[in-house]
Order: sequence, then C-alpha cells, then structure tokens
Amino acid sequence: MIACFGRRYALSASHRLHTEALSAEENKTVYGKCNNPFGHGHNYVVEVLVSGAVALETGMVVDLAALDEVVHAKVIDRFDHNNLNLDPLFLNRVPTTENLSRVIYGLLKDALPAGELKHIRVEETENNFFECSRE
Amino acid sequence: MIYLTRRATFSASHYYWNPAWPEEKNRQVFGRCANRNGHGHNYTLEVTVEGEPDSITGFVVDLKWLREAIEREVLTAWDHRHLNLEVPEFMATDSAATIPTTENLAIAAWKRLEPSVSGADGARLSRVRVYETPEIFAEYRGEP
Repeated sequence: MIACFGRRYALSASHRLHTEALSAEENKTVYGKCNNPFGHGHNYVVEVLVSGAVALETGMVVDLAALDEVVHAKVIDRFDHNNLNLDPLFLNRVPTTENLSRVIYGLLKDALPAGELKHIRVEETENNFFECSRE
Repeated sequence: MIYLTRRATFSASHYYWNPAWPEEKNRQVFGRCANRNGHGHNYTLEVTVEGEPDSITGFVVDLKWLREAIEREVLTAWDHRHLNLEVPEFMATDSAATIPTTENLAIAAWKRLEPSVSGADGARLSRVRVYETPEIFAEYRGEP
C-alpha cells in the first residue's frame, strides 16, 4: 500500500528580502520590514513528506534515521544558523519562504533513501507557511 | 469540494519487531523501538473528510457525529492500550505486516473509519494522518 511518512525539522536562519530588479524605494514598498538592510531571522520548520509503498518487512515507507541523515546533510547543515542571502542558491533568488521551499524541494527530490518526495512545507512563523510539490 | 478535519488524541504503547529476523537485525533496523518491553507515545489522529456542504445544514458532515465515529471505531480500541498486545490488527506474532509503525497505524485507522464515513450522506474519507510525535507523522489516502 502507498502511504506517506512525514518528518518535521527545525532550522534557524536569517534573511533579507531585497531584489536588484527594483529600486531601493520599491523594495521598501514591496517587502516592508523584511527589507531592513541588516536582515532578520526566523525559526523555520521544514516538513518533508515522502510517499511510497509500505515495506512489508519493516512497515515503513522510509527509514527515519536514513531520512534524517540526508535531510541534515543536504538542508539543515547547509542553512541552519546561516544567512540565506549568502548561500550560492540565493545569489539570484530572493530568499522568500516560497523560494526556500522550492530550493529545499530541489535539494531533496533525488536524494531520498527511499520513496518519492511528495511535498516540502516550510513554516516561517506559526502563522504562515509555504508548500512546494511536484508540478 | 470542502475538506473538513477533526483531531483526536490517544496514548498507546508499542514496539517494532519482525519475527522473521534474528534479534540482532531487529535491533539494527528498528533501534530503540525494538525494545520488547515497549514504549509509548501521545498520538494525534487527524481525520479529513471531503464532500459538498449540505444545502440545508451547511455541513459536510456533522462534527459531533465524526467525533463519535472516531471515538467508537478507533479510540476505544487504541487509547491507553499496548498496540502489539491488545489491538487486533497488530497482534499477530508471525507476520511483519502488523508492525505498529506510524504508517501502519494510518492505514489501520483508515480501514476502521472508512465504512462509517462512507455510510454518512455524501461524505468521503479523504485522508488520515497519525502523528507519533509533533515531528513524526504518516498519512494514508486509501491508495492500494
């Protein structure tokens, strides 16, 4: 049977929403406080949802420890306690949480130990979150 | 289509063990979850029902009815129980298909709830999610 296994990870990082495509004034209008030149930070929650057949031998879609290892190596160790704007993946991308969810989806989609990546959900605060799934 | 979700909580104990494997392999694959004395969790069950709101009541399904169905079909059998020792779908000691992983709990909860929900006018069970901890969950949508 096909089921999904989900796991939530904590990640704290700073960012600044700013694009060279807009003037300084326009950046302030579009991004408001998030355009503050010195950046600010969030305690993000990254939810990884993996779909696949439940293995008869283990009752599992994916091994939790193996999934943790991949997510830590590819995502958490990369972004946790770092400035997202300085990561090469955000050189030409504004580190909105929409883009962060898409970037994380890209980092994990071919790296999972088993199953298929169903979605990445990134919660920026308790009140806003973003999901990226295969399109 | 409207999706309506009801949450419920239950507490239960379990362990993971594949009877076809030697102890060493069980410990290697399942780690601390293979401790035969068991351990427990506060689970959260999320039941999502889909349908069109009734033209008179505005309900997809009556929430009180759904709460009672979850209580009757799942919680009375699972809450404050040892899943491996007391819950029929996880008691077989000769098969690995009944290991009470979060994935298998989601599938078993679906099987328990689906007949009741399908019997309610126009509603369909859409998704069952089981959280073992706030950070670990599984979901099942009835896919074979």
